[in-house]
Amino acid sequence: MNVIIALTITGMLNLFGGIFNYRKITPLISVLGIIAALVFNFMYWNTSTSFFHHMMVEDNYAVAFSGVCLALATVLILFYNRFMGESDHHLPEVLSIIVFSVAGAVVMVSYTNLLMLFLGVEILSIAFYILAGLKKKELASNEAAMKYFLMGAFSTGFLLFGITLIYGATASFDLTSIASFIKADGASINYILLSGVLLILVGLLFKVAAAPFHFWTPDVYQGAPTIITAFFATVGKIASFAAFYRLFSLCFAPIASEWSSVIWCVAILTMFIGNITALQQKNLKRMLAYSSIAHAGYMLLALISPAYVGASAILFYSVAYGIASMSAFICLHIVQTQTNTDEASGFTGLAKKNKSLALITAISLLSLSGIPLTAGFFGKFYLFTSAIEGGYVLLVCLAVVNSFISIYYYFKPIIESYFKTSHTDTVLQLKSTETILLIILSVATIVLGILPSLIPSI
Amino acid sequence: MHCLLLLIIPLIFIVLSNILKVKHTGMAALMGSLLTLVVSLIMAFHFNSNDGVAGDFNHAWISSFGINFHIGVDGISLILVLLTTILTPFIICASLNRKIENANAFYSLILLMQIGMLGAFMAKDAFLFYVSYEVALIPIYFICGLWGGENRIAVTLKFFIYTLAGSLFMLVAIIYLYLQTPGGHTFEISEFYKLNLSSSQQSWIFWGFFLAFAVKVPIFPFHSWQPPTYTTAPTAGTMLLAGIMLKMGLYGLIRFVLPIVPEAVAQWNTLAIILCVCGIIYGSVIAIRQNDLKTLIAFSSLAHVGLIAAGIFSMNAQGIQGAMIQMFNHGINAVALFFLIDLLERRSGTRLMDAFGGIASVEKQVAIVFAIVMLGSVGLPLTNGFVGEFLLLMGVYQWNMWASLMAGLTIILGAVYMLRLYRNVFFGEVSDASKTVTPMTMMEKIISWKLILFILVLGIFPNLLLDISAPSVNELLDMIAHHSNLIGGL
Repeated sequence: MNVIIALTITGMLNLFGGIFNYRKITPLISVLGIIAALVFNFMYWNTSTSFFHHMMVEDNYAVAFSGVCLALATVLILFYNRFMGESDHHLPEVLSIIVFSVAGAVVMVSYTNLLMLFLGVEILSIAFYILAGLKKKELASNEAAMKYFLMGAFSTGFLLFGITLIYGATASFDLTSIASFIKADGASINYILLSGVLLILVGLLFKVAAAPFHFWTPDVYQGAPTIITAFFATVGKIASFAAFYRLFSLCFAPIASEWSSVIWCVAILTMFIGNITALQQKNLKRMLAYSSIAHAGYMLLALISPAYVGASAILFYSVAYGIASMSAFICLHIVQTQTNTDEASGFTGLAKKNKSLALITAISLLSLSGIPLTAGFFGKFYLFTSAIEGGYVLLVCLAVVNSFISIYYYFKPIIESYFKTSHTDTVLQLKSTETILLIILSVATIVLGILPSLIPSI
Repeated sequence: MHCLLLLIIPLIFIVLSNILKVKHTGMAALMGSLLTLVVSLIMAFHFNSNDGVAGDFNHAWISSFGINFHIGVDGISLILVLLTTILTPFIICASLNRKIENANAFYSLILLMQIGMLGAFMAKDAFLFYVSYEVALIPIYFICGLWGGENRIAVTLKFFIYTLAGSLFMLVAIIYLYLQTPGGHTFEISEFYKLNLSSSQQSWIFWGFFLAFAVKVPIFPFHSWQPPTYTTAPTAGTMLLAGIMLKMGLYGLIRFVLPIVPEAVAQWNTLAIILCVCGIIYGSVIAIRQNDLKTLIAFSSLAHVGLIAAGIFSMNAQGIQGAMIQMFNHGINAVALFFLIDLLERRSGTRLMDAFGGIASVEKQVAIVFAIVMLGSVGLPLTNGFVGEFLLLMGVYQWNMWASLMAGLTIILGAVYMLRLYRNVFFGEVSDASKTVTPMTMMEKIISWKLILFILVLGIFPNLLLDISAPSVNELLDMIAHHSNLIGGL
């Protein structure tokens, strides 16, 4: 609870920054507030405290995923301030929206009541709709916001309808009572319950951008400012997945036979559509958007894995994916603003123009493609192992096929920056704080790849 | 402990040469590789082949998964470790008198690759093996991509995706085996040997591993990455690939496929050997028509490794022992040949056979050295190539006479393309390109005569190597026989 209180206070303080004229220090306030929330968060480790009459619980699962979201948000705010801080007149407001959305993410990963799930999803999503339209004078950004809002509202409708049906069947919003109802009633098929599960499934698959509910992703990711896209692709996706996994492993595990085939069909579709479409993209932002769809496909494997490994696997994968994706988007943002192009050609000759930026980009892309000794490899290894343990060998083989399809497009920027020479000799500037932060992200990627035990199992 | 040193020394040299910004990075890398050579030689002298494993080092790595950093060498590993440590100094020397842009990165990548390959050869833990196997791929990708020739971007990407694709299926097979181990699960390879797998399980695992290793070796229809990659890669890269890296695939066949899924090998080896024999004939025939010397050697290499793989799949002592010694010899011969081709190319700026002619009357020493290396590669008695090919053919013969007859064509066809090469390049009228061939420098003399020393000594005393690997190979065969109760069938 302290976490949410800290985040809310930080958000409010930011909002007043514009009125009382301390807008310059709002980034500092946000970062300090989130760090305070992080500290509160980890004080709940191994306690499993529950709040609000069992509507939320800070168990290790919640603490771990909140920690990931909060840490990624800190990095994001630091970079947001660097990239947009000076030109943005609405800095305090934007920062407060970001902080509020993180509060939504925290609720989404720690709910034990379907109403809280809905609240969390809404807090996160509404903030996201606004963030997508931040560049209000650009057509693409407006389109992104509109599209995201329409699609998001639509999917939330599905989610809410599903929750209602579940309530109708079980007479409860509480996860434990729903779980015990399903356990007691598992043998007989309850069609109201099953329709509810299916609708919730659709709603959540929308949120994690799994095929065939992924059509909003590329446009939204491309239209939004790159740094905000990084936020959608990391915090948004990780929080939605954590919520997804929590609900389905806690509540609906006894009737897994009813929905697991849906999940694995969706997983296969998502991986192939994401990866194959990414192959065709010239625009790197769109490419990363499709690649994030593909990653959702891999993460779906955890949902059908045995419960005792699935949670840890998805946590590790989230951390690895979050770090790599964040630094890839940030590198892309830097290159994009200085070369004025979204395409791979912006990276041409980067290794000569800025050695460290090229190396950092390469490490994050290698991690995303799952090359050993990066965190991304171990994340994939973890997911594959748990899925094979669940008996899905064929599915893992298909995931493996996707893994090497993805090499082709992940290597495009690497090839551009190392193997090609640029005709312009503009030097890409990188401020020292940016370099240090990016290096920290890269080092984390490598260290987690070599010593994955640093992330505890939950 | 020695094993760990082998991995740490190159790492120290990489870190030092990058931090200190050493001026003569090539020399520093050479020192590093010589130091690893010394350590590996000490290890070889202390190695008592009947002891089994030497230099064992075991440390928990990722304990929740039962993954250990477990390295050590038995006879089979030791030969390949020696091959790696002996060839790396040669490969570095061969690049020393070239002006290389960004030399620091170049030599660091070579040493990094050495670490990866040594790790794979010494791993006693399947996860460690997989990671090392892949880690060796990154440096060679950048070596080929950064310093390679024409069309390098497309060629290296194809090579990378091809190899990675194969090995990911191996990863699935390894994870599957891991989950079959009893209790808390472990990636220890020796535990994999004890598993009792049904024949359908064995078949699936066989194909998982086969795909990975067949791409790496490469075995016939999986070879299409190889000739262009060998041709475009810089000489050091080609040497690393042909000399050492493809042995990781052959080593994997011996280390994983034979002892873990012997029944599946017995079931599928007809197909596998047919593919190998196809590769032998295909590679040799295409080599006859090549004009580019590097491409010619690339195709001949396809034929040679096809024979080695056929020997391994024939599952008998001669075949496997022949494979062990021929892996070593092929490494030496391939590096020597690529070195000499590079020598000609550097002087004349071309490596097309048509451009040369009559070098024998211009530069005698180059011609003599080339002749000896060529004879070693063709497999003339008293050179190293003979012993290996003889044993391999004997192994295949025991499996099936016709297969061995077809595989034996490699010797005849090998003589055809190598002698054709020699005639066109060294005899006949002196061409313009041949006139540019100047005498060998001191360094080049040292490298080539040392390599020739290996070719002759191992041709005359093959037991130097055979004795190292014999006990381990016998143990392996015992294990196969015991494991599968297929004694009659073998």
